Amino acid sequence: MRFASLVALALLIWTAGLAAQQTAGENGFPALSGRVVDQAELLDTQAEARLTQMLAAHEQATSEQVVVVTVPDLQGRSIEEYGVELGRTWGIGQQGEDNGALLIVSRDDRRVRIEVGYGLEGRLTDAQASIIINRILLPAFREGQFERGIVEGTQAMVSVLGGDPLRLPAQRAASQRPEQPPVGIFILLLFVVLGMLGGGRGGKGGRRGRFGRALLAGALLGGMGRGGGGFGGGGGFGGGGGGFGGGGASGGW
Amino acid sequence: MTKTRYVRPGGLLAVLLLATLLSGCGINNIPRYDEQVKSAWAQVENQYQRRADLIPNLVETVQGFALQERETLREVTEARSRATSIQISAEDLDDPERMRQFEQAQAQLTGALSRLMAVSERYPELRSNENFLALQSQLEGTENRIAVARRDYVTAVERYNTEIRTFPGRIWHSFLYSDMPIRENFEATTENADQAPRVQFE
Repeated sequence: MRFASLVALALLIWTAGLAAQQTAGENGFPALSGRVVDQAELLDTQAEARLTQMLAAHEQATSEQVVVVTVPDLQGRSIEEYGVELGRTWGIGQQGEDNGALLIVSRDDRRVRIEVGYGLEGRLTDAQASIIINRILLPAFREGQFERGIVEGTQAMVSVLGGDPLRLPAQRAASQRPEQPPVGIFILLLFVVLGMLGGGRGGKGGRRGRFGRALLAGALLGGMGRGGGGFGGGGGFGGGGGGFGGGGASGGW
Repeated sequence: MTKTRYVRPGGLLAVLLLATLLSGCGINNIPRYDEQVKSAWAQVENQYQRRADLIPNLVETVQGFALQERETLREVTEARSRATSIQISAEDLDDPERMRQFEQAQAQLTGALSRLMAVSERYPELRSNENFLALQSQLEGTENRIAVARRDYVTAVERYNTEIRTFPGRIWHSFLYSDMPIRENFEATTENADQAPRVQFE
C-alpha cells in the first residue's frame, strides 16, 4: 500500500515537472491556434481559411507542415532568433523528419522571414527562400498589400516544396488577373489521370510519387480558387516535433 | 533441501524501481549531457564547414566583376585556409587553447567575408548577378545557422557544467565521472562583440 502511494507520488512529481517544462517553453510566443496564426490581423477570414485549406492539403499529401504566422512585434528579438525559437517551441514538422517551415511576418518591425526545418533545407533552399521574400513578399508589402503578399508567398513556398520551379509574378499587369477555373480543373484532371497511370505501374516509387504530386497540385489549385468554402474541420492542429537549425532567409520592407 | 529459483514479482519490481530512481537521480545525466555537448559541437563545425565550402564559389563570382578588389579577395582566401586548417575533434573540446585558436581563425574569416560583402556593394552588375545573389543568401543563411549552432552549443555546455556543479550531479561526478572536466564555454560571439560597430561615411 505504501509502495503504491510512493509510486503514485513519484509519477505525480514527474508529470508536474513535465507540465512546468512545457509552459516555460512558450515564453512570449503566440499560441499555435492553427496553420495560420494571424496575431497582427493582416489577413481577413476568407484568406485565412483559404491558406489553412491549402496548408492542410499539403500536409495530407506530404506530411510536411507549413505554418503562417503574423505577429505585431518581435519583443526586441531579431527575427532570425525569433524564427528558430518559435519553430522549435511549436515543433513544426514531423519528429525525425524535421519537415516544417514557417512564414513569419512582424508588422511593426517590418521584418519577414521564411524559417526552414532541417529536413526541407534541401528543397526550400536559402536562395529560394530569399527569392520568394525579395520578389514576391516584399514588393507586395511595400504597396501595403499584406494579404496578397502572404497568400502568394505561401503558395510559392508550397509549390517549391512540391518540387515545382518557382514561378515569379512577371510584371503584374494592371491591377488584377482573372481566375481561370476551366484551365485549373483541366490541369487538376490531367494530374489525377497521370497519378493513376503512374500509380498503376510505379509501385513504390519514392515517398511522394506522382499521385502525391497530383494531390499537391490539386491542393494548390483548390487553394487558389475564389470561393473559400467551409472550414475543413479546423481545430486539432499541432506541431509534430520537428527541428530547426536556422535555415531560410529574411528581409525587411 | 533445494529451493526452486524463480523471480519473485516483488524483487523484480524493486530492481525496476531502483533503476528508475537512480536514473531519476541523474546518474546518467553527466554522460548524456556530455554527448549532447559533443553533438552540438559537431553541428557548429558542420556549419563552419558549410561556410568554408561556399567561399571558393563566392570568390570566383566576385572576381569576375570586381578585379580591383584583389586584396580583399586574397584576405578571404587566406582566412579560409587558416580556418579550415584547424579542426576540433571531440577530445579537443577540453583544450581551451585549441578552442581559442579555432575561434580566432573563424572570427578572422567572418571579418574578411563581411569586408568582401561590403565592397561588393559598390558593383551594381555584381549585385544584380543571379549567381551572386544566390550565394549571398546562402552565406547569410549559413551565418545564421552558425549563430544557431553556437547558441545551442553554449546551452549544452551550460547544462553540462551546471550538472557537474550542482547536487546531485556533483556527487555522481566525484564518484563516477571525475575524468570529465568542466568545459569552457564560448566567451563572446565575435571579436569585439561587446563594442558597438562604428559606421564610417566616406
